[in-house]
Amino acid sequence: MRDVLRHHLFWPVAALVALLVANTVARPSFLAVTVRDGHLFGAPIDILRTTAPLLLVALGMTLVIATRGIDLSVGAVVAVSGAVALSHIASSPNPDSPVTVLTAIALALVLCLLLGVWNGFLVSVLGIQPIIATLILMTAGRGVAMLITGGMITTVNSAPFKVLGSGFWLGLPTAAVLAFGVFAVVAFVVRRTALGMLLEATGINPAASRLSGVRSRTLTWTVYAASGLFAGLAGLLISADTMAADANNAGLFIELDAILAVVIGGTALSGGKFNLSGTLVGALVIATLERTVTVLGISPLVTPLFMALVVIAVTLLQSPRMRERLTAARRRQVMAPAEPPSTARPDSTPDSTEVKA
Amino acid sequence: MATSAPAPGAAPTEPVAPKARARKLPVRLDRRYLPVLGTFVVLALMLIVGGTRYDNFLTPAVISNLFINNAHLIVLAVGMTFVILTGGIDLSVGSVLALSTVITAALLQAGLPVAVVLPLAVGAGTVIGLAHGVMIHYFQVQPFVATLAGMFFARGLCFLIAPESIAIDDPSFVALASWVQIFGEWRMTSSVLIALIVVGLGFLVLHFTRFGRTVYAIGGGEQSALLMGLPVARTKVLAYVVSGTCAGLGGLLFAMFSRSGYSLTGVAMELDAIAAVVIGGTLLTGGTGFVLGSVLGVLVLGLIQTIITFEGTLSSWWTKIVIGVLLLIFVALQRVLSLRRT
Repeated sequence: MRDVLRHHLFWPVAALVALLVANTVARPSFLAVTVRDGHLFGAPIDILRTTAPLLLVALGMTLVIATRGIDLSVGAVVAVSGAVALSHIASSPNPDSPVTVLTAIALALVLCLLLGVWNGFLVSVLGIQPIIATLILMTAGRGVAMLITGGMITTVNSAPFKVLGSGFWLGLPTAAVLAFGVFAVVAFVVRRTALGMLLEATGINPAASRLSGVRSRTLTWTVYAASGLFAGLAGLLISADTMAADANNAGLFIELDAILAVVIGGTALSGGKFNLSGTLVGALVIATLERTVTVLGISPLVTPLFMALVVIAVTLLQSPRMRERLTAARRRQVMAPAEPPSTARPDSTPDSTEVKA
Repeated sequence: MATSAPAPGAAPTEPVAPKARARKLPVRLDRRYLPVLGTFVVLALMLIVGGTRYDNFLTPAVISNLFINNAHLIVLAVGMTFVILTGGIDLSVGSVLALSTVITAALLQAGLPVAVVLPLAVGAGTVIGLAHGVMIHYFQVQPFVATLAGMFFARGLCFLIAPESIAIDDPSFVALASWVQIFGEWRMTSSVLIALIVVGLGFLVLHFTRFGRTVYAIGGGEQSALLMGLPVARTKVLAYVVSGTCAGLGGLLFAMFSRSGYSLTGVAMELDAIAAVVIGGTLLTGGTGFVLGSVLGVLVLGLIQTIITFEGTLSSWWTKIVIGVLLLIFVALQRVLSLRRT
């Protein structure tokens, strides 16, 4: 049991360490953190800041995936959130007033929560497959965001809003403090109460958990709403970083990055057991990878290639078959007699049945 | 069910109940055809509304252009149908399409003959599809993750080969691309011809071969297919190979259409392909659906674009909103149908 647990975090952490080592070799000052104007500066701090939006989205995604779902709409929700907040600030007479900014933030978050509730309604009440239910909002959401901004890139100047993206709090980037804070609170709530276990029960067997008194429907609905809310918050951080709402490109592919973060962290897309600390490591791996590519002087356009290689490596190492091989090798072919003698397709039969069982 | 060949895989969803219900209908109609019929009705409605609202809408030129502009998407949707029928998904088709255009353009620029370049470009798709199949079946990586990795891989490879757009001016390729057959006012380009051939092949393979029936059977229930002794491993891998090959071919058609290879083509095109398949009545859980439905789905998507262009005053983002609403309607429709069935 402990072996398996170690396995879950071993490969992602190894990937993170490998990336950090590669960076330090390429640029020895990489890990150095300096204090300037009372704030912390340096590549690691920067990575924390760029991880923030991804971490929030991945947090919601982990909870959704735990219930056997998936939320493809988060990228579109990020775009909607930025569009709403910045349009409100841009149209107000006084963009620098904290009241305006707070109203804008509240508006954006409430709308994103509603979008999440909509997804949850489609999945939990109408029983539509999550991938399709959220695909609807993924397609339509960017259209809505463009509708809000009128197809333009809305830019604003507002000091209080800018703090969200590039400000500092207690020497640390506000965005990072906010994201890690939310993460810690959610992790605490999920793991120190029965909520996490109930989520896992829903993901492992919705019917059985309902029969044993778990309110699967409400739980499922809640995680989609939460995912929408977190994506909205991520959208605010992203738009505050650039101070622009770009309906086409804000949060583009963030749903894929978030799913990758979850998968790298060892949570299976098939639902059930989830691993929030893994997601944290996964998000850091992705942010560090993007950073590494620039540090190594490779064109950022090739980043997807490295991303693919890391994902393939991590998922293959985590795949049941590979684990089986590893344990088999360790136990000196204890598993071998279990394999059928058939030579035509020796792989299909034992695998599929074992996974079901 | 007694009708000749189509879809033995639909059988697992209780063959008894629909028969009893079907008797109530005046015309005996298999429930499996209802979603496709819905797509057809939407398509007809759009044509009628467009035809009454705008002059020159229901003309051969507009309809020909609908096919010419969407030939590559038709090919992608055919491949995607195979994968979705097995209960999987292929997110990589947009990037593989881009990779194929880039390979075509780069190799032609290097001076290789067309006869060598075309198989290589399509073959790249086949190889990526094979890799997906192996990862998914033998390493049990979820289709979503495996093809997501493939998507990033192909996109990154595109940039590695050619960061900038490459124009294609190879005379024989241009001749192939600009081949056109004119029947009265109807026009058919080489890419439309290829797309139609692919649709025909897809139809034949799915309904009249053992491989096709196994595809439906796997979608209906992988365990049952396995217990029936069907070659699940080979078929599942082959479905991804088909999808990858179709994406490679789609890239060729797109290269013919745009006469260039560019790394950023086909971003989010996999979503269009998936949307077309879903609107065409294929269930994402696998087992039910038709290639011809997917073609209708592509035409619906294309018509939305055409109507918005004709309308003139509507901005482009309405396309996305309308596609989203249509998806919602079709998914709700499928949901209602499947609820009644059980």
